[in-house]
Amino acid sequence: MTALTPTPSEKKTFRVALIGNPNTGKTTLFNALTGFRARVGNYPGVTVETRTGALKGSNGAVQILDLPGTYSLSAHSPDELIAVEVLTGIHSVEAKPDLLAVVVDAANLERNLFLATQVMEIGLPTVIVLNMVDAAAEAGITVDGEKLAERLGVPVLPTSASKGKGVDAVATLLRGQSPPAPPATDHLFPPEFEREIDALAAVLRDADQNALAAEPVLLQRALLDQDGAAEERLADAAGEPVRTHLKEARQRLSDQGIRIRTVEARMRYGHIRGLLTDVVSRPEESKDSLSDKIDRILIHRVWGTLVFAVLMLIVFQAIYSWSAPLMDAIDAVFGALGDVVTAAMGEGPLRSLIVDGVIAGVGGVVIFLPQILILFAFIALLEDCGYMSRAAFLMDRLLSRCGLSGRSFIPMLSSFACAIPGIMATRTIEDRRDRLTTILVAPLMSCSARLPVYVLLIGAFIPERTLVPGVLGLQGTVLFCMYLVGFAFAVPVAMLLKRTLLKGKTPSFILELPSYKMPQWRTVIHRVLERGQAFLWRAGTVIFAVSVVVWALTYYPRPESVATETEAAYATEIAQAEAAAQSGDAEAQATLEETLARRDSAVEGALLRQSFLGRMGHAIEPIVKPIGWDWRIAMAVVASFPAREVVVATLGIIYDVGGDAAEDNPDLREKLRTAKDPQGNLIFNLPVALSLMVFFALCAQCAATLAIIRRETNSWRWPIFTFTYMTVLAYFAALVTYQVGMLFM
Amino acid sequence: MPETTLADLQPGQSGTIAGFTNEDDPTVQRLAEMGLLEDEPIRVVRLAPIGDPMEVEVRGYFLSVRRAHARLIRITPQV
Repeated sequence: MTALTPTPSEKKTFRVALIGNPNTGKTTLFNALTGFRARVGNYPGVTVETRTGALKGSNGAVQILDLPGTYSLSAHSPDELIAVEVLTGIHSVEAKPDLLAVVVDAANLERNLFLATQVMEIGLPTVIVLNMVDAAAEAGITVDGEKLAERLGVPVLPTSASKGKGVDAVATLLRGQSPPAPPATDHLFPPEFEREIDALAAVLRDADQNALAAEPVLLQRALLDQDGAAEERLADAAGEPVRTHLKEARQRLSDQGIRIRTVEARMRYGHIRGLLTDVVSRPEESKDSLSDKIDRILIHRVWGTLVFAVLMLIVFQAIYSWSAPLMDAIDAVFGALGDVVTAAMGEGPLRSLIVDGVIAGVGGVVIFLPQILILFAFIALLEDCGYMSRAAFLMDRLLSRCGLSGRSFIPMLSSFACAIPGIMATRTIEDRRDRLTTILVAPLMSCSARLPVYVLLIGAFIPERTLVPGVLGLQGTVLFCMYLVGFAFAVPVAMLLKRTLLKGKTPSFILELPSYKMPQWRTVIHRVLERGQAFLWRAGTVIFAVSVVVWALTYYPRPESVATETEAAYATEIAQAEAAAQSGDAEAQATLEETLARRDSAVEGALLRQSFLGRMGHAIEPIVKPIGWDWRIAMAVVASFPAREVVVATLGIIYDVGGDAAEDNPDLREKLRTAKDPQGNLIFNLPVALSLMVFFALCAQCAATLAIIRRETNSWRWPIFTFTYMTVLAYFAALVTYQVGMLFM
Repeated sequence: MPETTLADLQPGQSGTIAGFTNEDDPTVQRLAEMGLLEDEPIRVVRLAPIGDPMEVEVRGYFLSVRRAHARLIRITPQV
């Protein structure tokens, strides 16, 4: 091979872009090449997540960029557009890569070569990674890689990335000299079409867009993809005349009998058929594959639905009960830490800040990490083995009823863990309205940040009763119901949005059902840890900051007079108790201690009522009275605006503030259960707990979610809309819950 | 005689794609890109629980297609 293209040098990094269809093992290959060390990045403005990582053993000289999976360069979604922009060198941040590595599935070569041949036409040095050759061989499919390489004019490297086979050869090639650019494919399109490309280039040059005019692939895309991303790009750069020109050009082609929507596929698949003659051998009769046998049950009319429902129920039961021992351990660690600091420091604002603000705040968040990890483990596992697309298949009809598609299922399910990755996952939804609808209802899914609220309140107010021995308890069932609440509201909300604000036709839903495969444990674990880390980052920044602010709001202004006045009110009673205790009588001693504890709580209570947060709570109490809340709950909810999970930290601080150091660190649940107002009535009862849970299930108390909506929709309109509709919805649902609940009390 | 489309095939039935009922539908481009083109054999594997979407096998892989889109694909049923 005569290589004349640049080779990796010390000075300049050699940049390789990985591209391929979804389900080709692209990410597995990426992980294998980079040794699981990737930098996850977001481009400004578009927020499509990409990973970059240095090739293992290249000392950073070779950088690999993992582009979003796509079936075609036709770029119907922002995800696909990123791939096209990077590959054609018009991207704002990423420079044109030095080498393109197209990952193709050996068992599905014909369709995979559709993208591969598109990529090769870009004219950059290209290699084909023929992945999953082992799995193909098991199905009786063999590919003559050498012959294919000869026909395509580019290197073809057979691999089985999940088993690590062939990865070294790929790494060696990427480290070494770059192969030459693929030979130009001539006359794939009819001459009439080529003439229109030239005409379009002329229009762009007239508009001073020489860089764009020099990208034939981009021009091709603009012409082929009506209302597609490339058209947008050209119109943005060169104005409306380009749009008019494109419209007329398509009409001219149509008049000449060229069908713009199918011309490329017809030409390309014809070309691919020629390329693959005598290259791929398949068994005569395709025997029933294992995947097919599994699907006979997993997407069976009855069994499939049942398996799906049971699976979801298991997931939620698991995150509720499996995580308990880990959570207890974390609780103990933070509790001990608080005790150590309390013992080591003198009383005062600093100790209060560290113990009640910092340690309690961070601890109250970290404690839910086990549940988040378990949930993400399930999601990663289902995704990796191929079940996720079956779930989308099963759920499509249901979602299409509210104008969405099965594609919205994965973002929605992800939103059960956190709306932020969920909203980010909507980028794979092609239809803009569909995507927006999914974004707007995704925060209704009960995310992991609500879980702390549910867990706390369920633990405190729902009795531990077994419904099905060993499998299902009442608490787990209530938790499951809380998850259903959000989903149950999401359906009518989506329906309403699609019929009013976001009216439009139902989008296409064409989804591949890939073969099942054994999950890659390393990949699953890696993804789970990545997500856990992301959660902790949020905990470490936003939530930590909020915890400290909330602590300050509850601690200050702390007027001296409030404390003295309250203490004075207890002075006589304490003096009497002290006198009685002098005798050494154990009962009298206990009375004294109890009285002192009551005084301390009263002082803290008085201070809290006078705190900034307490005043805020008092101010909105009239509004929240009908939903059963007192000012303390109101202030916790106000404080949780930046992030829902903060409500637990706030409740923790609110109820810890009056905590007696002599007591044996009673947990928050107990405090909620026994919390009384000054008249001695319980603040919380079952309807109040349910009302609070329903409110949290439906409200938009999450600054990060609103921020991500702002970023994804590029407008403040949608986050404001989301916050408003969700808060109104949450308030009225909580109202109904409380009022109905009180009828049974 | 009414045209047979992919949506009319029962699970297990096969046919050959004869073309599209409406070439102007934007979905046609995606279907074509996925390899659903003239003269290509296609088989309905099974239906989702409520009968929609349908799973089809084409070019050796499996795809979920909605009934509404299956109606865009004209079929010559296998005899």
